[in-house]
Amino acid sequence: MQKYSGFGLFKHSLTHHENWQRVWRNPTPKKKYDVIIIGGGGHGLATAYYLAKEHGITNVAVLEKGHLGGGNACRNTTIVRSNYLWDESAALYEHSMQLWEGLAQELNYNVMFSQRGVYHTCHTLQDMRSNERLVAANRLQGIDNEMVDAEQLQKEIPTMDCSKNARYPIMGASVQRRAGNARHDAVAWGYARAADALGVDLIQNCEVIDMEISDGKITGVKTKQYGVLKADRVGCVVAGNSGVLAKMAGIELPVESHPLQALVSEPIKPFLDTVVMSNHVHGYMSQSDKGDLVIGAGIDGWVGYGQRGSYGIIEHTIQAIVEMFPCTSRVRMNRQWGGIVDACPDASPIISETPIKNLFFNCGWGTGGFKGTPGSGNLFAHTLADGKPHPIAEPFSIQRFHTGALIDEHGAAGVAH
Amino acid sequence: MLHIYCPHCAEYREEDEFHCAGQAHISRPLDPEACSDEEWGEYLFFRKNPRGLHHELWVHAAGCRKFFNMTRDTQSYEIKEVYKIGEQPSVVAE
Amino acid sequence: MTQQNRLTSGGRIDRSTPLTFTYNGKQYKGFKGDTLASAMLANGIDVVARSFKYSRPRGIVACGAEEPNAVLQLGATEATQVPNVRATQQELFNGLVSASTNGWPSVDTDVMGMIGKVGGNMMPPGFYYKTFMFPESLWDTYESMIRKAAGIGRAPRERDPDTYDSINQHCDVMIVGAGPAGLAAALTAARGGARVIIADEQNEFGGSLLNGTEKLDGKPASEWVRAVVEELSRYDDVLLLPRSTVNGYHDHNFLTIHERCTDHLADIAPVNQVRQRMHRVRAKWVVLATGAHERPLVYANNDVPGCMVAGAVSTYINRYGVVPGNELVVMTTNDYGYQAALDWADAGRKVVAIVDTREAAVGDRTEAARQRGLNIISGSAVIEVQGTKRVTGVSVAGLSASGTKVIGSVTKLKADTVATSGGWSPVIHLSCHTGSRPVWSDSVVGFLPGATVQKQLTAGGINGQYETAIALQEGFDAGQKALAEVGLAAANVVLPETEAMKVAAPMSLFHIPHLKPTSQAPKQFVDYQTDVTAAGIEIACREGFEAIEHVKRYTAMGFGTDQGKLGNINGMAVAAKALNKSIPETGTTVFRPNYTPIAFGAIIGRNCGALFEPERYTAMHKWHVQQGALFEDVGQWKRPWYFPQAGETMQQTLNRECLAVRNSVGILDASTLGKIDIQGKDAREFLGRVYSNAWAKLAVGKCRYGLMCGEDGMVFDDGVTACLGENHFVMTTTTGGAAHVYEWLEIYHQTEWPELEVYFNTVTDHWSTATITGPNSRKLLAELTDADVTNDDFRYMDWKQITVAGVPARVFRISFTGELSFEINVQANYGMHVWEKLIEAGAKYGLTPYGTETMHILRAEKGFIIAGQDTDGSVHPYDLGMGWCVSNQKPFSYIGKRGMNRSDCTRENRKQLVGLKTKDPKQVIPEGSAAVLDPKGPKPLEIQGHISSSYWSETLGHSIAMGFIKGGLDKMGETVYYPMADGTVIEAEICSPIFFDPKGERQNV
Repeated sequence: MQKYSGFGLFKHSLTHHENWQRVWRNPTPKKKYDVIIIGGGGHGLATAYYLAKEHGITNVAVLEKGHLGGGNACRNTTIVRSNYLWDESAALYEHSMQLWEGLAQELNYNVMFSQRGVYHTCHTLQDMRSNERLVAANRLQGIDNEMVDAEQLQKEIPTMDCSKNARYPIMGASVQRRAGNARHDAVAWGYARAADALGVDLIQNCEVIDMEISDGKITGVKTKQYGVLKADRVGCVVAGNSGVLAKMAGIELPVESHPLQALVSEPIKPFLDTVVMSNHVHGYMSQSDKGDLVIGAGIDGWVGYGQRGSYGIIEHTIQAIVEMFPCTSRVRMNRQWGGIVDACPDASPIISETPIKNLFFNCGWGTGGFKGTPGSGNLFAHTLADGKPHPIAEPFSIQRFHTGALIDEHGAAGVAH
Repeated sequence: MLHIYCPHCAEYREEDEFHCAGQAHISRPLDPEACSDEEWGEYLFFRKNPRGLHHELWVHAAGCRKFFNMTRDTQSYEIKEVYKIGEQPSVVAE
Repeated sequence: MTQQNRLTSGGRIDRSTPLTFTYNGKQYKGFKGDTLASAMLANGIDVVARSFKYSRPRGIVACGAEEPNAVLQLGATEATQVPNVRATQQELFNGLVSASTNGWPSVDTDVMGMIGKVGGNMMPPGFYYKTFMFPESLWDTYESMIRKAAGIGRAPRERDPDTYDSINQHCDVMIVGAGPAGLAAALTAARGGARVIIADEQNEFGGSLLNGTEKLDGKPASEWVRAVVEELSRYDDVLLLPRSTVNGYHDHNFLTIHERCTDHLADIAPVNQVRQRMHRVRAKWVVLATGAHERPLVYANNDVPGCMVAGAVSTYINRYGVVPGNELVVMTTNDYGYQAALDWADAGRKVVAIVDTREAAVGDRTEAARQRGLNIISGSAVIEVQGTKRVTGVSVAGLSASGTKVIGSVTKLKADTVATSGGWSPVIHLSCHTGSRPVWSDSVVGFLPGATVQKQLTAGGINGQYETAIALQEGFDAGQKALAEVGLAAANVVLPETEAMKVAAPMSLFHIPHLKPTSQAPKQFVDYQTDVTAAGIEIACREGFEAIEHVKRYTAMGFGTDQGKLGNINGMAVAAKALNKSIPETGTTVFRPNYTPIAFGAIIGRNCGALFEPERYTAMHKWHVQQGALFEDVGQWKRPWYFPQAGETMQQTLNRECLAVRNSVGILDASTLGKIDIQGKDAREFLGRVYSNAWAKLAVGKCRYGLMCGEDGMVFDDGVTACLGENHFVMTTTTGGAAHVYEWLEIYHQTEWPELEVYFNTVTDHWSTATITGPNSRKLLAELTDADVTNDDFRYMDWKQITVAGVPARVFRISFTGELSFEINVQANYGMHVWEKLIEAGAKYGLTPYGTETMHILRAEKGFIIAGQDTDGSVHPYDLGMGWCVSNQKPFSYIGKRGMNRSDCTRENRKQLVGLKTKDPKQVIPEGSAAVLDPKGPKPLEIQGHISSSYWSETLGHSIAMGFIKGGLDKMGETVYYPMADGTVIEAEICSPIFFDPKGERQNV
């Protein structure tokens, strides 16, 4: 793999950048792989990378029906945090957080992970209780998280209205200072480049149209472009399309796909140097390095695969933002878009075996998938390599929806972005 | 923003007035005690989630407060038909 | 200052109304009818911005929504600052204050420009992914430098002084764009009797007809426009919206129109006027007549001020009476480019050359240029521009027939303006918003709207039809089609006669080659605002970013505030060439809302501040306010939280309120609890199915507490239900859960058990509830009623219909404090009356009003749960130690029964609700604290559970807490530890959650 550095940039500028290597190959698929990963998004590419790097399994193909990182990987609002309530989720997201730290160096690709902090604002006594509970739990889980009062918050975020005049005045907030943002595209591309360098075949424009299943066991997949590709194990990591693949496998999942919308303002001079989320008034915002205010909200309440949702959600979201940041009223919204999120009933993901032998699913990340990318890939790689889940992933099995051992993150955290 | 015909009010109304209550035609098992944990879990949580035609349960929450079914394309968001509880769809998802 | 580029006549400006404006602190003059851009050009202002990445000087290139460079800061005061206003879309008004946004010390002399020149080569696309990684610890520093340089304009630091509005509209036909096609469609639809809305982003209707010299019926086109607008204005059912941009096209023909009501008048909206208004339109049919944007060509140094789009040059001359230079070179791939030269010559300034990339094109416009004796150089291109802050000359060279190579020698020409036309891109943005994928047309050399499921029609430029005659005809056809679709008869419209123009075929060319390879040639800009060059796109492709989405994301092409209106197609063409593919093979381009940026204020309208969400008040609210209560937000309700007296701390208030209740009597406004009236012969059966406990034997006149669970067995609400009659009950719910419970009952009735005869009605707002509680509550009640309220006649858990303070009242003898209590429910409009009578009569008992906080303490002393605080969706009744509230004798498998018997729900060691008593009685465990068995163990520590409720109990003289502990019900007397943020540990003993009056004697007296 060609090494990237400031010196390299200088060197290549002398030859007009004509000699940069390709970031990844464009291979023709082989007929048989040890592992096929369906879905070339952030999670799928991370899975491939860790399979090759940590388990030495390099006879791996990632099949992507469009282009790499073209789904939710490039549509999210890039928030990374690990301050989840339950021990199981906290372990999962903290595992991911620790991989985020140092990821740019590991991949030799600047994913711009920026630990600028994530605040959850509290607007009611119930909000305060929930966040105090979260902070207390995180303390014991070894995850940084702290409460700040409204006065302190005003100092830390000068553009936010922390006065008592608001409809739902901000009473305080919890803040995870190690949390923050990363550059979403770079995460997918960085993993793709590193996986390719380790020998993984990244096959773009390759759509899986059926699964080869006999005697309750999967042996390969059928693709639109290349026919049947054989594999010992198959992992599905296709946020937004899990239902479609589950149908091919003849199974149902406890997952529904909903539109999740986001929007950006025009780029403005530095306005907000951190991430603010409010579950009560339903809005969250950060500012990108380019200057755009990046804003998101809750999901549409119906199943939708159209990558767009209802305008009412946008209106409510901006109401919430202007409520918290009154000085944004004259700032202008540039663009909105939608992704498709796979929502589980307990707002926790599924990293699991399935009733079909050698077929595994990694899905249901809901609105929180981006932050999970490294951890998800790392644990799913383990699952695919061993044929059974990593201990951190074990609680996130499909079985929990039968036994009732849900990991319900709604109760304490509300919207689980 | 969906534009929804309420079969009870017999009028088109804005989506703001409605609220989707999930997949339609999921009947509560008549004898819950006879269900295994697995069957109960399927009833509670497992859904079709199709890309394409989908039968959904909606309620005219800020209107007549009545529930009804809707057949909708989850890709194009086209509403094919609405029909009352207890009725069967004429456009059927596979 | 003189307006040196202003013509003495012509255009649609009003020379009798001069206006003064400020740009970068200097005053200039313009005229009514100018845009800020036309006024700047009239004054010879060349540099309006510095580019984002390379800090290169930039000038105005276009005249409308597609302008990428002239993005300015507006506002005369701090509060009225508006970032990123496109000068080409801002009408001039007197006193307008504007400023450029980047460049230090000024936009004209910018130090960063040097760095851009020197370091530009170090900044290929995606350079930031390849560097700033070492050492890891320095990324924060690098990033803070990057962030300082980010952004265009700035947000105000003060609150917006303006107001905004929104309005819902319904129509038969929504017409977007009021050029020839849109006006023809509107006229047709209106004459046919349809309800029509026609919106256009410009200040007046007419579109391209106002920008040229074309004639309709032998008269200037503007006269036809005026006649049509006049006729449309006469129809009651036609709404004309100038200065109104249709910004979003959403599903089921829902569109948003952003109307700028006063932005053309002043810095701040005049008194009693809204600044902007959003029209939320539901249209039966939509006609998109949005026209097309002209594409500039991509050539070396094409961003030097003075390089413009050809059509914009014509528009500035014809519409604004401004010639933006002295010596013009036109470069074109099509006939339309010639028009700029003809208009320039008509304005009396010098046309240096028309450089046509085609060989010997013959159309009416080319012939007109030849007859005028203009210098036409065929089969050639401007391969490079000279100049820095203004064009000083161009290099022209011959092109190979395919346009891919420079052939022949280079000629240098002196010029200060270069107008280019690379053809037109239909404005398909709105059609893309609803998910329709555009399709490439080789003959149009552009993308056209793709298949759609919306009831959508298109006419004119959006279809690649740029001749007025065809646009008019298509508009007319769309109008007739819409009429037919909405069931109206065809309209009688005679379209005006146009001057038929012969048009030669355009050349499909986007990127002009240079003598050097693209990577070594001077920068050839594709997307000005994001500083994306043709070389940058080639690098991206070479590195393997081959999907057009990858190219766009890697280079940031199309991510500016113009959303790539000028650059996207050119960029695709460059990528296609680099990848050796055709444009449609390379991909497609999808646009998302908004078409142009919209102020947040306009999107939210009035729904901000006090109207962000309605506040709900009880009938006694004013009294609470007068008493100085502090309020707690519960759902939308404002509930009294506590009633402090002068000099009290919060804890002192709570202590006083609690003691008053325990020792005498207190009063609580409980009106906000949800109340649902339930009637029907199967009402009782229904209650038995939705509550976990038994209801079959509840007698008329009795009340009962119930727990409500989901099908998963988890508790989600609770409350008391009273039996009013054999078939009549009233259910109370938590304040926040009322709406959800109401819908819960309805869904089960309507979808699962329609055979049950039962009816629900929400009556929360019908009643006011005053709860009097404490040993003296009976005495107090007796003073206001003649009814017998003695313990013999009015038992605990009874309710009675009696008269209180002269008003009919339902009085429930139920208790949430453990004291003798009466909940007095009266018709809401009597609420204040009864409350005041109680206060008056209660004075002698020291009747003390208390709020939710004291209510919470009092109930916690009794171990009563609050659903939502002591439950979180993961606990069933047994976890709460409330097995007494579960009936397994009921024949029907009630909601929750099966769920709470799943294997995980019946396992050992579940988290269970218990009481916690601190070893130090003075210590109050903070709510939310997490319990561990060994506080000294390594992290992560296994959490045993959390504190859900915790208070100081003045009654008991020690702290009390309720919380969850794994297997807690079997661990009475054991010790758990709560580590605090400051490193201290609170030690507590597991106990019963009932701290006060465990036998429940006080409520029964």
